Amino acid sequence: MATEYFNEMFDGTTVRDPYRFLENWLKDMPHELRHMKQSEAEALFRRIGITFAVYGEAADTDRLIPFDMFPRVFTADEWRKLERGIKQRARALNAFLADVYDRGEIIRAGRIPAELVYRNEAYELAVTGFRPPLGVYSHIVGIDLVRTGPDQFFVLEDNCRTPSGVSYMLENREIMMRMFPQLFQENRIAPVDGYARLLRRTLTDVAPAKCDSDPTAVILTPGRFNSAYYEHSFLADLMGVDLVEGQDLFVDGDYCWMRTTEGPRRVDVIYRRIDDAFIDPLCFRPDSMLGVPGLMNVYRSGGVTICSAPGAGVADDKAIYIHVPEMIRFYLGEEPILQNVPTWQCAKRDECKYVLEHLSELVVKEVHGSGGYGMLVGPKASKGDIEAFASKIRENPANYIAQPTLALSTTPTFVEEGVAPRHVDLRPYCLVGKDVNLVPGGLTRVALTEGSLVVNSSQGGGVKDTWVLAE
Amino acid sequence: MLSRTAANLYWIARYMERAEMTARMLEVGSRNALLPNIGDGYRNEWSAILETCGATERFTEKFGEPVQHNIETFLFFDLGNPSSIASCISIARENARVVRTALTSLVWDVLNSAFQELNQMRRTERSKLPLSDLIDWTVKTCALVRGAIESTQLRNDGFYFTQLGYAVERADNTARLLDVKYYVLLPGTSYIGSGLDTYQWTTLLRALSASRAFNWTYKGELNAQKVAHFVILNQQSPRSLLSCARLASDHLDHLSRGYGTCSTSQTCARSLVAELAEAGVQDIFDEGLHEFLTRFILEIGKLDMSITDNYLRGEF
Repeated sequence: MATEYFNEMFDGTTVRDPYRFLENWLKDMPHELRHMKQSEAEALFRRIGITFAVYGEAADTDRLIPFDMFPRVFTADEWRKLERGIKQRARALNAFLADVYDRGEIIRAGRIPAELVYRNEAYELAVTGFRPPLGVYSHIVGIDLVRTGPDQFFVLEDNCRTPSGVSYMLENREIMMRMFPQLFQENRIAPVDGYARLLRRTLTDVAPAKCDSDPTAVILTPGRFNSAYYEHSFLADLMGVDLVEGQDLFVDGDYCWMRTTEGPRRVDVIYRRIDDAFIDPLCFRPDSMLGVPGLMNVYRSGGVTICSAPGAGVADDKAIYIHVPEMIRFYLGEEPILQNVPTWQCAKRDECKYVLEHLSELVVKEVHGSGGYGMLVGPKASKGDIEAFASKIRENPANYIAQPTLALSTTPTFVEEGVAPRHVDLRPYCLVGKDVNLVPGGLTRVALTEGSLVVNSSQGGGVKDTWVLAE
Repeated sequence: MLSRTAANLYWIARYMERAEMTARMLEVGSRNALLPNIGDGYRNEWSAILETCGATERFTEKFGEPVQHNIETFLFFDLGNPSSIASCISIARENARVVRTALTSLVWDVLNSAFQELNQMRRTERSKLPLSDLIDWTVKTCALVRGAIESTQLRNDGFYFTQLGYAVERADNTARLLDVKYYVLLPGTSYIGSGLDTYQWTTLLRALSASRAFNWTYKGELNAQKVAHFVILNQQSPRSLLSCARLASDHLDHLSRGYGTCSTSQTCARSLVAELAEAGVQDIFDEGLHEFLTRFILEIGKLDMSITDNYLRGEF
């Protein structure tokens, strides 16, 4: 079993380079010390406040996401390749968005079927023909990666709207630095704390042309009942920008304003953490209490920038995902550095047939689903489950795609009995403004249950700190 | 600063001060209940307290007769009662959660711990929680939060809004607490001047943690005039109406200076200060204590409205 999967630390019995310095660290850590450190870590998380919504409250609040102290490590070489691949992808996705809301050259060229784009639920008719500042639609691109071998990385999915989890990347590092300062003194671990500064710069980069002074940026949150509220307030605090709710903003004339104790203050850039449908009740869902009436008018007349741009979601749809390598060739004239996972579209009759015949080997996902819900993991499913799922696919084939079960790499993880390999993925956060930026690191999610390949926190996943070794 | 953030800070302070006030009311009630039952005045003691908290209707609906045990539950634990101690602390903590970034970690820590302890108490059997412990805990908790704000918050507009919240709520509370005495004393005027009313005045001072302070300030016999002076007009007393009005006025001035503007709230607070600074105790008794207090409570309400309009509502 263990040999089937690529173990990022052990190659047989030898320790791979990036993890060599952790060998002694592990040896020097007796069981009791580890337990002590683990509870220290939890106490720190509580103090910092990342779990403040947890304490015995109703279901509207967060759980504590389990934190594993064993870091995941990349060498500078490994990271360099990932970085190039991620930035390439982020540029291509943005080029695609700029294109499909403009002339749709990629569709005219016959590289992507028109229907897939224009009839996509995430395609926003309201912004066609409008070009946001710098032509950037997705300012924060979260790219989910898995690894299957020393040099084999695959992109599992793209997140072009409002990828979450970056607060864990930052907090995990804070905690690790406090608990194991020596590891950081003795090794060259690239810092990630520049993220907030880069994010702020990205947001001010895309201030609208009408903004004639130092741009005012805000984070727009759905409010304290949202499960990611902590992250919203955390980022606002780090960047030193206001955290606003829809009710704090209003539209007057050609601009968007926020209600402050000193009167109205003009807002230039809104990093919104609410979905498209809720941004503006006059343009999208009329029952939305979270958004700002009239905001889309201001946006379209260049009075305010919304990040990510409304309509950016069309680029991260699972049906579009298949075509990302083609986008990279079409817009950038480059070959994709990171590969897609081979994907069968059930919408196509022959591919659907193949999927139905091989359900027990495949992972089947809903085209618009997320968070590990509504998916079938063939090798882990019972016969009954498979049959039930097959009939769902037959009912609405276009709603499903299938991928082979990937042999996700493992990294050592602290478990009850000691240290054992557990499967991981990686989500780096790429920032797109005047430049494309990526801090060396990301969020590593780990499936804590033995043998499980599902890393989502809603399905019992945890998180790890992710280290990139500087040269 | 966002108006909503300012409003949250203002209300954190108001709710914490209100929790303390409710605890003090419970203290007054439980001490008076130890007195022999002579006239209607005493029978109505608990009703008067409910009346002062503006909670008579809600209480009667839920429990009927004002029995002490039920009143304790209602005023301390009942989340259905918006001015119960549990409600006040829960709301203050929830407000703090929303404006977490405007508070220091120490302030958040104390508020959050208070909330956790409260939940712990809610799960504890009532017989193991004597009323005096509940009152002590509340007063201490409120002092902790106030101290954390005082010693760690930046002296910026956020701080002034919390201080304003404290000043406005305290002024309102002192006036209401004093008005309880009015209710108790008026129906049976015969025992004014007897030992019993002295006992009641002392209880009131105790409830304001001011019994000894009073004795230091005024020599000799206790009487209604002196107590009224101390609680309304004495600028040494931190809870007197004059002190509260002055505090509100000072913090409004700080705000205006910071923002470089003038506000109608300032005018409002200044006229309150001016009136109280000029008044003598006899003026108040001439107007009628109850009439004066009722008018004052209305004035405080106006000040609150004006602060809300000037800063917290965000409508221009």
